[in-house]
Amino acid sequence: MEDILNALVLYSNFVIVPGLAYGSQLALGALGVTLIYSILRFSNFAHGDTMAFGTMLTILVTWWFQSMGISAGPLPTALLALPFGIIGTVLFALASDRIVYRFYRKVKAANIVMMMASVGVMFMLNGIVRVVIGPSEQRFADGERFIIKAREFKEMTGLNEGLAIRTTQAITVFVAVIVVIALFWFLQKSRTGKAMRAYSDNEDLALLSGINPDKVVMAAWIIAAALATIAGVLYGLDKSFKPFTYFQLLLPIFAAAIVGGIGNPIGAIAGGFVIAFSEMGITYAYKKFLGYIGPDGWVPEGLVQLLSTDYKFAVSFMILVLVLLVRPTGIFRGKVL
Amino acid sequence: MSYLIGENMTGGYGKGADILHDCTIAVEKGEIAVIVGPNGAGKSTAMKAVFGMLNLRKGAVRLDGRDITAMSPQDKVKAGMGFVPQTHNVFTGMTVQENLEMGAYIRDDDFTGTMEKVFDLFPVLKEKRYQHAGELSGGQRQQVAVGRALMTKPKVLMLDEPTAGVSPIVMDELFDRIIEVARLGIAILMVEQNARQALHIADKGYVLVQGANRFTDTGEALLANPEVRKSFLGG
Repeated sequence: MEDILNALVLYSNFVIVPGLAYGSQLALGALGVTLIYSILRFSNFAHGDTMAFGTMLTILVTWWFQSMGISAGPLPTALLALPFGIIGTVLFALASDRIVYRFYRKVKAANIVMMMASVGVMFMLNGIVRVVIGPSEQRFADGERFIIKAREFKEMTGLNEGLAIRTTQAITVFVAVIVVIALFWFLQKSRTGKAMRAYSDNEDLALLSGINPDKVVMAAWIIAAALATIAGVLYGLDKSFKPFTYFQLLLPIFAAAIVGGIGNPIGAIAGGFVIAFSEMGITYAYKKFLGYIGPDGWVPEGLVQLLSTDYKFAVSFMILVLVLLVRPTGIFRGKVL
Repeated sequence: MSYLIGENMTGGYGKGADILHDCTIAVEKGEIAVIVGPNGAGKSTAMKAVFGMLNLRKGAVRLDGRDITAMSPQDKVKAGMGFVPQTHNVFTGMTVQENLEMGAYIRDDDFTGTMEKVFDLFPVLKEKRYQHAGELSGGQRQQVAVGRALMTKPKVLMLDEPTAGVSPIVMDELFDRIIEVARLGIAILMVEQNARQALHIADKGYVLVQGANRFTDTGEALLANPEVRKSFLGG
């Protein structure tokens, strides 16, 4: 019995808890991608770097707050700086729409042209972030590091294995839940949210109903930029901030959006967790875990790790290819790419 | 002076060849005008021209004496014209009630009264108000589409083949509803494939051939006209 509990705690500590946090971050990122896809009808490749841009702004404000001695007590100061990061990123997104995307919308450019334009915006953001904050890694989480430390957990329960829950993991899940509830309420109940759904559902009929496309597009950018900043800051708090890592996040985020069914917000959330748990589950070394649940005294010889963590991006890629081959609409029947 | 008139309309889509040639379509308040004709006669095009969806090289569209030729379709909706496209005329992923709400999007006043009226007109919609429009049958979808257009309290309702793809029984029912809508004092202009049935309910009929008016008369007179019967109504 104790062995099974130990195995469970071990698995929770290394897969379930970090997976929940990572899944929430991916879900928030995928929601932004899906939203832009359903309203503006193109895959926004700049989303990963928009996350980096928003996180960078938040870090800069965090440093400023720290230098003035402002802190949020046990919580990270970055949470106080987050609204400023969101405002800055929203302004950037609206400016990029005004300068780049609006033109292509006007000439009714093909989706692929819009997508390539977003690649251009991505490179630009890439450069801006590296010039301003540098390409190296930044850690900006402060405040209380743990809610439960592994040692405390062991003392509390008397088990061999400890379960650590970091403050940033709890904050990630908590913030993600609140943001998702707010977003769904907005899309289902508010006038603008319904107009966005109508526009995504049937653009011509939305125009015939007098829905203003400029307003809908603006709302989509504001929400997507806010989601990107929140996702980026949560990821940075949980792990660390490095511009290149954020660029790489594009793959799991797109995989999440497509697996769930692009254009479908529920799908984006489900997809985020599918990708996160697959990545964690496949790159986890099961040696110790199997040692607990196997017969007494038996321990597997190898690490029992399906893929080394270096290959974690291959997992998203494999899932992506599989979904596109078997069920191109994704789990929740989104649009076909 | 008709309430809504597209007079001597000549034009086509974009920079393409002319499809309409000196075509005139008019409708009065509380009246049903039907455009019929063979395939490719420009029936739908004539209606889209009235609604401002193609470039007119000649002619004018007037609503209640006001020239609205240059007005965008969106502004025409605000001016009191409702348009129901032939296909893709509902928001499939939204509930029936949300479809109606979207129809009333340009209204800032309380539109619950209008929605009740639409539900009175189409009782089945009230029953299915929380169902997604995409899950409804063809006839029910058409009712949602007409209901959506009625939410702006239009003075003119334009229907592009409202009975396309529905069974004959459903078609009769839809026509009954359309007559009821006309009795509310709304001018109805519709394009119909089912010429004979449509002319039965029409106050005025337009038979178009190759983008031009061939016959214009009351519905009854057209049905009685041997030439129209022979060429367009199958004897």
